[in-house]
Amino acid sequence: MNSKLTLKAAFISLMMLAVFLGAWQLATQPKESVVQASADSEYAAMMGKGKEQSGFPTPGMVGKSFVTYLSDPFYDKGPNDKGIGIQIAYSLGRVALGFLLATIIALPVGFMIGMSPLLYKAFDPFIQVLKPISPLAWMPLALYSLKDSDISGIFVIFICSIWPMLINTAFGVSSVRRDWINVARTLEVNPLRKAFLVILPAAAPTILTGMRISMGIAWLVIVAAEMLVGGTGIGYFVWNEWNNLALPNVIFAVAMIGVVGMFLDLFFGWLQKLVTYRE
Amino acid sequence: MSTHFLTVESLKKVFPATNGVANLPVFDDINFHIDKGEFVCIVGHSGCGKTTILNVLAGLDEASAGEAFMDGREVRGPSLDRGVVFQSHALMPWMSVLGNVAFAVKSKWPDWSKQKIAEHCTGYLEMVGLGHAIHKKPAELSGGMKQRVGIARAFAIQPKMLLLDEPFGALDALTRGTIQDELLKIVQATHQTVFMITHDVDEAILLADKILLMSNGPHAKIAEIVEITMPRNRTRQGIHHDPQYYKIRNHLVDFLVNRSKTYAGAEAEMFHDAKNPPVVRPGLEGDLAAVVAMPADKPVQQLKQVVNQ
Repeated sequence: MNSKLTLKAAFISLMMLAVFLGAWQLATQPKESVVQASADSEYAAMMGKGKEQSGFPTPGMVGKSFVTYLSDPFYDKGPNDKGIGIQIAYSLGRVALGFLLATIIALPVGFMIGMSPLLYKAFDPFIQVLKPISPLAWMPLALYSLKDSDISGIFVIFICSIWPMLINTAFGVSSVRRDWINVARTLEVNPLRKAFLVILPAAAPTILTGMRISMGIAWLVIVAAEMLVGGTGIGYFVWNEWNNLALPNVIFAVAMIGVVGMFLDLFFGWLQKLVTYRE
Repeated sequence: MSTHFLTVESLKKVFPATNGVANLPVFDDINFHIDKGEFVCIVGHSGCGKTTILNVLAGLDEASAGEAFMDGREVRGPSLDRGVVFQSHALMPWMSVLGNVAFAVKSKWPDWSKQKIAEHCTGYLEMVGLGHAIHKKPAELSGGMKQRVGIARAFAIQPKMLLLDEPFGALDALTRGTIQDELLKIVQATHQTVFMITHDVDEAILLADKILLMSNGPHAKIAEIVEITMPRNRTRQGIHHDPQYYKIRNHLVDFLVNRSKTYAGAEAEMFHDAKNPPVVRPGLEGDLAAVVAMPADKPVQQLKQVVNQ
């Protein structure tokens, strides 16, 4: 029953893809020019005649760029010509580092805030003001004070992924069921054991939700950050190909960003499932 | 210092003012005691503060005035000496049944080996008839089974006293009956000292040695202490045939329906001494009961109480 549904859904998905590609092909198909008589095609091209290109790449051209890049994803021919695998690895590395730093800070601080209603209230105004700031707005300050574009990129990831984790951790910890806390109290469980064996598992689903949101934002932000700081990474790759006016490559990179983002989200979804408990 | 195992003296609870309006005390001048090995039930209408009293005894809540002593020491904060069974079972859903009990046992005896803890826990889980389900998660169990785990967890730490907050309140009648039987058997075997809240008069008669009757709040008091004079080896099946059973039951129901409202105010203090609530034995013959129950130091008030009945 369920697999039948999946099969049907897959069929419809494929149909939609086919319709999309077909429409794309139709919209970008090169049109034959009316003036065919002219002898010199080069002259015709210079006059803007001859085979008329719409400018936007056809699915075929993009497909070719898929094949080229995916067939050799890890080549390295100097600073401006690296394989897509290497570029994505750079981006993932930055995201991982920034995210890790944010986790190291957000989880303990969130835990502390969640445990103490006083700190919750005291921290709240700062969190509320800092949370809505676009992470890229920090970029000039980061570049100025850190004096390194690479570290600035990591800092931007750090600053954008810290808030959802902090808020969710604090919320999850503060709303652990009273009963469970009382059980731990009547058993005279020491604070460390209580934190790790009662509060952490009880709040884990909420914390993981925060981490999943953070990771989503981090992956959105890294592309923009790399466009700004340049050098390496998938964001830089997009910008570089745009400067080359190689739109098929840009479209290819855009698709890759989506695929990697999906896998990151799937991974955190899987983690979330691991810690979710049924009451 | 009294010689009783647990003594509660002049206990009072006022909840903090809401919106600037001071609250009346839920209960005040609560006095009672429990001896070692006694099973005491507390019965009263909702809102008279039964759960608050239990939480104070558990160390989870603080009284506004008065104190409780257990085993010669003042009750201050939670302690492993007092096991609590919560109304909502309060099992940790991410731990297995065994894990839940082991968590408690490990808290009591931190140096025990894994093996020893597992054996100890399994023993108590078998005692409540859950030997087959020790590796299940609480979510896979029925309400009755979850509550059994809660009971096993409380017994497993071998507390000096067990506090039960309406443990069977959320169960259906059939399940409740079976677990009552099990609890009865365990308590008869272990001579555990128990303090239990219940709304179920029959449950109280079946399980208790004495029942504390609480009047309605605010200013709730211990109105009476009813001694259950039926033999201790009673069973759920046989209890209805005891001639005392309906006398006790009628007495309790009569209190809850008619008399529980009449203990507040100055008038009530004329005939009721909250420091020394009358002990009654409705199971024995009516006249005899009054005489037997009369405390030596308060004969007059006691008589008034009996007349009032």
